[in-house]
Amino acid sequence: MNTESGVDICTLIIENHECGGRSNQTILEVAEENGIFIPTLCRLAGLSNIGACRMCLVEVKGSNKLMPACVTKIQEGMEVTVNSERLAEYRKLTLEMLLSERNHICSVCVANGHCDLQSLAQKLGVNHITMPYIHPLMPVDASHPRFIADHNRCILCTRCVRVCQEIEGAHTWDLMSRGTKALVISDMNKPWGESESCTGCGKCVQVCPTGALSEKGQAAGEMLKRRSFLPYLSMMREVGK
Amino acid sequence: MPTITIDPVTRIEGHAKITLQLDEQGEVQDARFHVTQVRGFEKLCEGRPFTEMPALMARICGICPTSHLLASSKACDDIMAVRIPETAEKLRRIMNLAQIIQSHALSFFYLSSPDFLLGMDADPEERNIMGLVRKHPQMARDGIQLRQFGQRVLETLGGKRIHPGWIVPGGVSHPLQAEQRDQILAMIPEATRITRNALSWFKGQIENFRTEIRSFANFPSMFLAMANDANQFSAYTGWLRFINSNLEIVADHITGADYLNYIGESCNEDSYLKSTYFKPLGLKQGVYRVGPLARLNMCRTAGTPMADEELAEFRELERRSVWSSFYYHYARLIEILFSIERMNTLLNDPEILGKNVRAHASPNKYEGVGILEAPRGTLIHHYHIDENGLIKSANMVIASGHNNEAMNHGVLQVARQFVKGKTLHQGMLNRVEAVIRCFDPCLSCSTHAAGMMPLDIQLIAPDGEVIDRLVR
Repeated sequence: MNTESGVDICTLIIENHECGGRSNQTILEVAEENGIFIPTLCRLAGLSNIGACRMCLVEVKGSNKLMPACVTKIQEGMEVTVNSERLAEYRKLTLEMLLSERNHICSVCVANGHCDLQSLAQKLGVNHITMPYIHPLMPVDASHPRFIADHNRCILCTRCVRVCQEIEGAHTWDLMSRGTKALVISDMNKPWGESESCTGCGKCVQVCPTGALSEKGQAAGEMLKRRSFLPYLSMMREVGK
Repeated sequence: MPTITIDPVTRIEGHAKITLQLDEQGEVQDARFHVTQVRGFEKLCEGRPFTEMPALMARICGICPTSHLLASSKACDDIMAVRIPETAEKLRRIMNLAQIIQSHALSFFYLSSPDFLLGMDADPEERNIMGLVRKHPQMARDGIQLRQFGQRVLETLGGKRIHPGWIVPGGVSHPLQAEQRDQILAMIPEATRITRNALSWFKGQIENFRTEIRSFANFPSMFLAMANDANQFSAYTGWLRFINSNLEIVADHITGADYLNYIGESCNEDSYLKSTYFKPLGLKQGVYRVGPLARLNMCRTAGTPMADEELAEFRELERRSVWSSFYYHYARLIEILFSIERMNTLLNDPEILGKNVRAHASPNKYEGVGILEAPRGTLIHHYHIDENGLIKSANMVIASGHNNEAMNHGVLQVARQFVKGKTLHQGMLNRVEAVIRCFDPCLSCSTHAAGMMPLDIQLIAPDGEVIDRLVR
């Protein structure tokens, strides 16, 4: 069925629920509209989706590949499975790999109790790590007068990169290197405190899912993330277009 | 030279062993207390933001995390160069008192009372907290309840019994609520009753332990504790003072800024526990003790009515300072009583519910020192930060380190008294361990380390032949 804007309306099945959506919507959006939970981590409503963390992988009938729900557009007649043994295992494995790579010791972290990684691990039942920890020694950049970047706690979700580029328009953050050596950097790998592009708005700190970006002066468990600004600003951005 | 090794020492907090050197006649010549674990907290915190230090340092220990939390927060207050709000200081004091109560209750009832109640010579299978539950259920129940009281206060204020939060650089994270105060106040009468009963029972038992009192680290030494102008018992504010065995002041008004002029630390080849000494006199002569015995020797008054009565009676034990480390147990009970009374006073102060509980500031100094009386004695946290507030170096001087040389003296003294001949028996070795228990050393803290402990003692002849061996 064609709408006035030329966007198709599709009907599909997600987790045995018959759902309808516009063809430019993703599986994740339609699932959320229908109250179906799909775990996410790198995704944050109001920012673009990049499918980096692989938490939202789903099974689509007819395809052997697992699809990231946040960037896969719906299609007419699609049959999507959100919860299966295979998916649960993959999601837990992905979380375990995130937790075992850098240093995620919750008890002493500023974001303890307010961390998306921690709460997702609790929700998905990741209570043990079965693979060896890597714990590379990552830099702690405390050169900014108000904020700290502790790369030991970074999961490379790039929420900070996206909010800085898409909402603040500063594009202070970006990624350097690949694999386990990948690092979020400010400007051309300058200390954050010396960055010329950073406006000091602190949006990156608020959207960071873990304690990687935090406000200075916070003790363990005190870094509450305030994200209420995001839906408003992203709405204004859409209006501006 | 024959050697007896007690490895590990049991019913203490952490891993340790004792070696006794015997001469040809089987007389003990030398004795050493070895701590066999290392933690590395001073190293692993380097590079971390200073505001994370209280929570990080609290992980040194599961028994006295609050003491580290407090000392670390005080060091951070110093780095920020703030004076914390009065309400926050009072709330921190309550946390410290609760910590003293629960730790002392653990030491007295769980770890040491089996020696008093079941006898130094009792079968080790029985001589423990479970044996106590079977033979003296009321005493065991009281001990558990008293410790529970301390732990509940910590939980009510800090959110958790072990590794509580709440205490942060600049004060505490949120004010006390009236309901929380009332919950704690309601538990105080029962805690007081248990402590007074335990005190009167212990005083009645003292006569039965004359030999132990005579030989359990009973020697003249200096004492170090927190002091103030009023000469009143203090565990949170004040400066440090050294007194000698005749109660004369040796050094006074020592603060975080100059403690390094008075307190030296020496590494030992045979132990991960450093020996701390009074610097002006050097390692050999500068032996001093910290903890409950030192604190009661130091103060003139406790400042609370019931504890003052008990303190007066405690002073009757000797004309000078009390020397025998056996009396650490007695001092611990008096300190529990004091802590309950003081906590009661603080909670009844209307200011305790004040809403201004935190000072906010950026780092204003590159260095900070926090000093506190932890249950086992004087605790010092000393940090250096860089211009961004990241830790450059940390130094921690822990109570059990201050007592290390005194423990070595004590082990030697008690071994000379009780270990004789070429056969070993449990009773004599238990006394060697029991002298260590007097000091209630916390080895995980003091080596900044982990533990299960069986016991292996060997008596070795000059030619290396094992003459006798005890394993449990």
